[in-house]
Amino acid sequence: MTIGIGHYLTVAACLFTLGMLGIFLNRKNVIVILMSIELMLLAVNINFVAFSYYLGDIVGQVFTLFNLTVAAAEAAIGLAIVVVYYRNRGSIAVDDVNMMKG
Amino acid sequence: MALTAGFFYLFSVLAVVAGVMVIVAKNPVHAVLYLILAFFNAAGLFILLGAEFLAMILIIVYVGAVAVLFLFVVMMLDVDFAELKAGFIKNAPVGLLVGGIVLAELVLLFAGRGFGLGTAHAPGAAANAAAGVSNTQALGLVLYTRYVYYFEVAGLILLVAMIGAIVLTLSHKPGVKRQSIAKQVARTPATGVEIVSVPAGGAFIPADGQG
Amino acid sequence: MIYSAIVFLPGLAALFVGLFGRALGPRPSELITTAALIVSCILSWIVFWRVGFDHETAHVTVERWITSGELDVSWAFRIDTLTAVMFVVVTTISALVHVYSIGYMEEDPSRPRFFAYLSGFTFAMLMLVTADNLVQMFFGWEGVGLFSYLLIGFWYDRPAANAAAIKAFIVNRVGDFGFALGIFGLFAVFRTVGLQQIFDAAPAVAGQTFLFLGHEVDILTTLCLLLFMGAMGKSAQFLLHTWLPDAMEGPTPVSALIHAATMVTAGVFMVARLSPLYELAPIALQFVTLIGAVTAFFAATVGLVQNDIKRVIAYSTCSQLGYMFVACGIGAYGAGIFHLFTHAFFKALLFLGAGSVIHALHHEQDMRKMGGLAHRLRFTWTVMLIGTLSLTGFGIPHIAGFAGFYSKDSIIEAAYAAATPNQYAFWGLVVAAFMTAFYSWRLMFMTFHGQTRADLQTYKHAHESPPVMLVPLAILAFGAVAAGAAAPFFVGGASADFWGNALFEGSDNHVLHAMHEVPDWVSWAPTIAMAAGTLLAVIYYILLPALPALTARIFRPLYLFLWNKWYFDELYDAIFVKPTFWLGNVLWKVGDVAIINGFIDSTAAGVYRVTARAVRLQTGYIYHYAFAMLVGLALLLSYFMFMSGGH
Repeated sequence: MTIGIGHYLTVAACLFTLGMLGIFLNRKNVIVILMSIELMLLAVNINFVAFSYYLGDIVGQVFTLFNLTVAAAEAAIGLAIVVVYYRNRGSIAVDDVNMMKG
Repeated sequence: MALTAGFFYLFSVLAVVAGVMVIVAKNPVHAVLYLILAFFNAAGLFILLGAEFLAMILIIVYVGAVAVLFLFVVMMLDVDFAELKAGFIKNAPVGLLVGGIVLAELVLLFAGRGFGLGTAHAPGAAANAAAGVSNTQALGLVLYTRYVYYFEVAGLILLVAMIGAIVLTLSHKPGVKRQSIAKQVARTPATGVEIVSVPAGGAFIPADGQG
Repeated sequence: MIYSAIVFLPGLAALFVGLFGRALGPRPSELITTAALIVSCILSWIVFWRVGFDHETAHVTVERWITSGELDVSWAFRIDTLTAVMFVVVTTISALVHVYSIGYMEEDPSRPRFFAYLSGFTFAMLMLVTADNLVQMFFGWEGVGLFSYLLIGFWYDRPAANAAAIKAFIVNRVGDFGFALGIFGLFAVFRTVGLQQIFDAAPAVAGQTFLFLGHEVDILTTLCLLLFMGAMGKSAQFLLHTWLPDAMEGPTPVSALIHAATMVTAGVFMVARLSPLYELAPIALQFVTLIGAVTAFFAATVGLVQNDIKRVIAYSTCSQLGYMFVACGIGAYGAGIFHLFTHAFFKALLFLGAGSVIHALHHEQDMRKMGGLAHRLRFTWTVMLIGTLSLTGFGIPHIAGFAGFYSKDSIIEAAYAAATPNQYAFWGLVVAAFMTAFYSWRLMFMTFHGQTRADLQTYKHAHESPPVMLVPLAILAFGAVAAGAAAPFFVGGASADFWGNALFEGSDNHVLHAMHEVPDWVSWAPTIAMAAGTLLAVIYYILLPALPALTARIFRPLYLFLWNKWYFDELYDAIFVKPTFWLGNVLWKVGDVAIINGFIDSTAAGVYRVTARAVRLQTGYIYHYAFAMLVGLALLLSYFMFMSGGH
């Protein structure tokens, strides 16, 4: 069967949902949250590229490039924060990260 | 066509399974490795879509740098494996339900109608090939002309991220001796040199008895 | 010009001394105000001569005041005979009181304030009597009320004085409420507040009625009754009289000026001034007569048993004001104003004389602690004798008499001529004359005659007052005797000429004529009543001194009823004062604290409760927040997919 854009979008949707579930279904450690964010960004990139292919417009890929840049920067900072947090609090279990409790 | 379809299904199934394993894996190192697998499959999908440059970039940057960074941090932090044995979370059903609903809606939106695109339009790769440029060249033609400012800004973002990461994680251990160039240069004979008289042929014995 | 001088000189003096009195010192303050008043007094007599006998009436506009749509009010003077008479009364008594006060108040530390208030009061009273429109009259009306409050409460560190001042002001206020409503009504009917315009337009409105609560009510009657409410309050007539005796808390010169000669007569003046209106509202006039007669009788009965020398004179004033209102009510306005004129002299004389006695006995006011002062205070005794003779109406009909004889008897004769139902006014006034004689001589005997009941030290130190206090007494005594000579002009043959247009008489009003044609026995009746009262007083207080106590014991309930002023204070306290306090308390405790504060407090508490629950949303766990976002996203997606009719 011909692969239409819908197929690619479905894949992206699955990955996105998985990323979201990863954020609040995990109780293990904070790094899984960061990885889930990467998954979501990946899903979005697939979306962009699929549209770029099917609409014949190169702009989607340009934006994907920028997206990649930002994702990398954000991963770096996020991990730096995790390191510092671990250094100060001694634990990265998600349940222990509740200093913002109102 | 069938080959394309087959590869598509292969790559997409693997990517989704890898995504599931990222979340479910007990060992964080395993989770990172599954993430890398997901990235690889996504790169494959990109190639199917004619975006080779992006696929390679994905592997070089995402896998080669970001995922490795993840690995570094995971291995650096002393994660307690005992907690990893924690069982099912209390409100997993609700979360799964809501996630399922979202997924269903997304799929309904996209898969049902497919935006009336299908393969009606010539895929972008064909247009590019007709113009006689490779994907990389096509990207470069656009990136350095129309979107050059965003390109520069992206570079700045990376610079800021680097500075931020260094600032956050830098810690001065006390007691570590370092050079202070300014102090060295500012030394004067009055502070740096001490003239003592030494008897001819003898040795200087300091008052505190150290040899 | 001269009129402005008469009115504004006291005002300027009051302002000047009021603002700079403390810097000036007491002596300059006294001199400035007294001098201003004396000048004003001399000018008033000149005006009186010119207006009364040379018929130089005038209408002087001083300054524009309010111009707003139909309402056009100016500061203006209406100078006619009535104004001139009031000028003379007010400025003369005021000047004499000023001079007297220099001596009476010589030990008081706040003399500048006192003299400023006295002059300010005179200014307000003069504005009232010269008013050419009702708003200016109301300004003067309120002004005298204000100064009365300030002067009654002059010694403001005494709680009794403060209470009396407030009582005076509030009771006056009740009357002023009616007065204000009357003014509003007059404006609504006549579309103007100028007196002359109202008088000119009044006959056209004479018989008209308006619909009130389903009944046709005569317009002019209603308005005149409302205005009379103000007069009842200001002149301490029956039902609104409770403030006058308490006003004796103020210094004696104040009582002489305000509560004998001037402010309380403002009500009589107002009725006389508005005679064109009242003559067209016969029902209102009947009410005025009724109230006047009842007051004359009532106040005299209470004065019979009071023990404070000033209070006896105060009730006497109240009673005599009743006489004046009877006169106005029956249409004999000239007689009423004549009595006002003579009463000012002898009542001020009596008050100032009483002040002299009080001053001599070092502020002792209870007559039960006086007695035997005739030898020690010869001059005071003489002038008070003259005053009493004048008040009781001592004289021989058709031959001669003191001033009070002429004015009082003319009213009583007019009352007979007016033929009120069963002659109630006539007999009421005759009985009141009997009682007036009794309590006046009672006062004289208890104060000056018999064995002294004062303690020995006080009695020995009792001495005559300084000349600065005695000269005014002498002048007033002269007035109390000689003022009767003006009778022909006020009520006699020359009265039409004298009054000119100042007092209006309706077409049916012939009482000023008829009163000269009453039977002989009517002319003798008041004299006989006076003689009987005098004789009874002699028996009670000279011949058989044990009789008063015996009578009081036998008729104890009646004695207590009279001594407690017919229990009016207690009655008003129960009907008005206590419920008002209760209402205030309820509004405070329930309305303010429980309801309004409770509402606000409960709102604040409610906010606190809601936030306490809302805060539980902030768990601190990021994934909770992310989950919330997801749920929101799901809802939004569902909404837009299914509700908005597809895409």
